[in-house]
Amino acid sequence: MKTIKVSVVTPDGPVYESDVEMVSTKAESGELGILAGHVPMVAPLQIGAVRLKKENQSDLVAVSGGFLEVRPDQVTILAQSAEQATDIDLDRAKRAKDRAEQHLNETKRENVDFKRAELALKRAMNRINVSERNI
Amino acid sequence: MASLRDIKNRINSTKKTSQITKAMQMVSASKMTRAEINAKAFVPYMEKIQEVTASIAIGSADASHPMLVSRPVKKTGYVVITSDRGLAGAFNSRVLKAVNQTIQQRHKSNDEFVIIAIGRMAVDFFKGKGMNVIVDIVGVADQPSFAEIKDLTTKTVGMFSDETYDEVYIYYNHYVSAITQEVTSKKILPLTDISSGSDQLTSYEFEPSAEEILKVLLPQYAESLIYGALLDSKASEHAARMTAMKNATDNAKDLINALDLSYNRARQAAITQEITEIVGGAAALE
Repeated sequence: MKTIKVSVVTPDGPVYESDVEMVSTKAESGELGILAGHVPMVAPLQIGAVRLKKENQSDLVAVSGGFLEVRPDQVTILAQSAEQATDIDLDRAKRAKDRAEQHLNETKRENVDFKRAELALKRAMNRINVSERNI
Repeated sequence: MASLRDIKNRINSTKKTSQITKAMQMVSASKMTRAEINAKAFVPYMEKIQEVTASIAIGSADASHPMLVSRPVKKTGYVVITSDRGLAGAFNSRVLKAVNQTIQQRHKSNDEFVIIAIGRMAVDFFKGKGMNVIVDIVGVADQPSFAEIKDLTTKTVGMFSDETYDEVYIYYNHYVSAITQEVTSKKILPLTDISSGSDQLTSYEFEPSAEEILKVLLPQYAESLIYGALLDSKASEHAARMTAMKNATDNAKDLINALDLSYNRARQAAITQEITEIVGGAAALE
């Protein structure tokens, strides 16, 4: 099967670079699957997992927002933070989740902190899910 | 003439100082190398985001966003990056002087601008002058990760969006090489002069629409400009400190040589005097 080059780049440096058969991820407008030869496209991403399918295995990368740029021979994901499943600090993510849940219980719904806590919770859940590979 | 013991003391203390400056020079040298690596790791991200932003902002004329449009300027924001500590030659004073001059030229009163100060030197300088420092941050790590300064960048970009100010400039030391750094000023917002790295602009399909993408992309782009400047400034800081400490060590060496010479002279003079006294004493006895 034809492959497509994928790189996940963050301000702290490249996180993932490889040739894969298919990239599937959650964009703001819904699930996206990209194969080689796709039309050039840009789409913002949700906080979620990026699944990169190779011959008989698949890699997972946790992405906190950002966006996806597609060219016929290359996919670039630009995110402010991203980690491969194996690089995730599970303890830290769990602590972040507990902290965010506590904040959510304490603050009111209209509060700015509420939104921030909600996002923090989403990021933490995403990391935990990716790390435990239950997506 | 100073006594032998005085000179000896001075030689010893100068030697100790030079040991410290030498150590600081080596620490800065290794930090500079790491900072350079960090700045390099950031390049692919910056290039890519610039390319995409340029393609969308220039390529699709119908897409508009508040961050792309200049509005009448009522208030200006200045982001100033300095270090927390001195001992880096003219590193901090150059930036502060440049900003101060610009402010004197452009503004008549302190109400026309606000300052976002990064580093203790900038915070103290502008607060001391009674200027309006709305965000200050000290204790930025030597190898800052993006997550660490995300708060600051989000706030800076956010205040442009909610019209606290209508344009933002950033001032920092740009790292040219280990021995040269120059003060650079850049306009971050509004993004009126986006240039693409390559000439070829790709025409993209947008999912869902160009506007929705600009909404995500532009803040991220502006934030990464600030982060890039910070990394650049960190590399400059360590380079400047390394050079300053190298000069200090060299000066100490010169000073020690000069002191050694006068120590030997004083010692010789003392011996000569002693001999003269003995000879004089012996002659008196005869």
